[in-house]
Amino acid sequence: MLKPRLITVLLLKNGVLVRSNTFSFHQHTGDPVGQVERFTAWKADELIYLDINRDDVHDFRQTMHVIGTTCSKKDLEATMTNDIIDIIREVSKRCMIPLTVGGKIRTLDDIRIRLKNGADKVSINTQALEDPSFIEKAAEAFGSQCIVVCVDVKKDAMTGKHEVYKHFGKEKTGLDPVEWCKEAERRGAGEILLQSIDRDGIGEGYDNDIIRRVADAVSIPVIALGGVGKFEHFVEGLKKGGASAVAAANIFFFHEQSVIKAKKHMAACGIDVRL
Amino acid sequence: MTISPTLSIVDCGVGNHRSVFNALQLLNVQAEITCDPQRIASSSHLILPGVGSFQEGMKGLLDRNLIPVLTEEVMVKKKRILGICLGMQLFASEGFENGHFEGLEFIAGKAVKIDTNYRLPHIGWNNVHISSSHKITASFEKEPIFYFVHTYHFVPEDPAVIAGVCDYGSEVTALIEKDNIFGAQFHPEKSHSDGMQIFKNFLNNAC
Repeated sequence: MLKPRLITVLLLKNGVLVRSNTFSFHQHTGDPVGQVERFTAWKADELIYLDINRDDVHDFRQTMHVIGTTCSKKDLEATMTNDIIDIIREVSKRCMIPLTVGGKIRTLDDIRIRLKNGADKVSINTQALEDPSFIEKAAEAFGSQCIVVCVDVKKDAMTGKHEVYKHFGKEKTGLDPVEWCKEAERRGAGEILLQSIDRDGIGEGYDNDIIRRVADAVSIPVIALGGVGKFEHFVEGLKKGGASAVAAANIFFFHEQSVIKAKKHMAACGIDVRL
Repeated sequence: MTISPTLSIVDCGVGNHRSVFNALQLLNVQAEITCDPQRIASSSHLILPGVGSFQEGMKGLLDRNLIPVLTEEVMVKKKRILGICLGMQLFASEGFENGHFEGLEFIAGKAVKIDTNYRLPHIGWNNVHISSSHKITASFEKEPIFYFVHTYHFVPEDPAVIAGVCDYGSEVTALIEKDNIFGAQFHPEKSHSDGMQIFKNFLNNAC
């Protein structure tokens, strides 16, 4: 039977990997290319690269020294580039599992060049909110299977209501996440990447309430993201949240063999993961 | 004397050719992405990848005038071909995705929507029950797991050509094999070591 997926998310800023906290604080975690073989060998089921640069410049020179010291495999060339397309091309050469790329995708050409250079899927966010017909155009041109709509949600601490945010989680949209995800599906999204802004980097677990409501409302797979602090949270995302796939970033970077251990834990909890 | 394979990845306009190319690079196989009939005719093995709809895939082959050369190389000269995902579905006589379209007719059968109560598309890793009597399923020590992403699948007229199936609420055709024609519904180029084994089996001229 189909296995629930465990997905590693890699956040790229200025050409290096970072960890993130509530979408605001970012700490360097290494070289974007050197990590791929490690996560593949650990049997991550998929990789998602999100380019979270706030502007269009990857000033790689400023971070060269970081890559020089943190690349886990010295025989690999450090990514001598500040261009996201170059990074995708290098990553995909070694990526024997599905690769999704997101961040700053505004046009069909942005999608085309990412797919052409080795991405298997793209994740779109702000552009879909500003022009929902972009989802349809993208699905028509490249097929629904490679269009992931990323939805950033925040729970209002006072009212407890969830709302969709855009532009790196900075701007409110007034949209209800369940309604927006249903619309994304109707317009041709192949998957939903549901990311919690207020849980990001906190480590207290997924926002399983909103994940469950979205998963029940759509028939396409929902990928949960944001909040994992321990392996048990993956199990909750699947069992309580009803997600088809569980994703995380930070937890995978600071523990040796993290993906292997996470899957062992999930298997021990009765989840049929790929081991 | 063994001749190292020269492989053409057939570009019909839709598909993730780059990922297939990258996987073959890791196996040190000389491959090129091409839609040139001469290059296709002069290569030793063919791969037809494909992502998108049945209609688009056939249109891509038609527009590039690739149907005659593929038919000649595969059906007459018996050159080995591996269809991946949509590429395998195009081997069928007919497809029923958003209408009714003619296929390449390499293997009698049709591409139809998966009959299931589960979420579609069928996305993710699924284990495949393989039949040991086929070449494409050689050398697996345990049941392999592959990455799928599709809504339609190939139902051949002759069940003997099915080399592997997976379970997704109903039986889904995962692997087919008929003489020199091989097909994988999943993506071997995205299925880690099990996927690489499929490429190795396909390229192995000894069997």
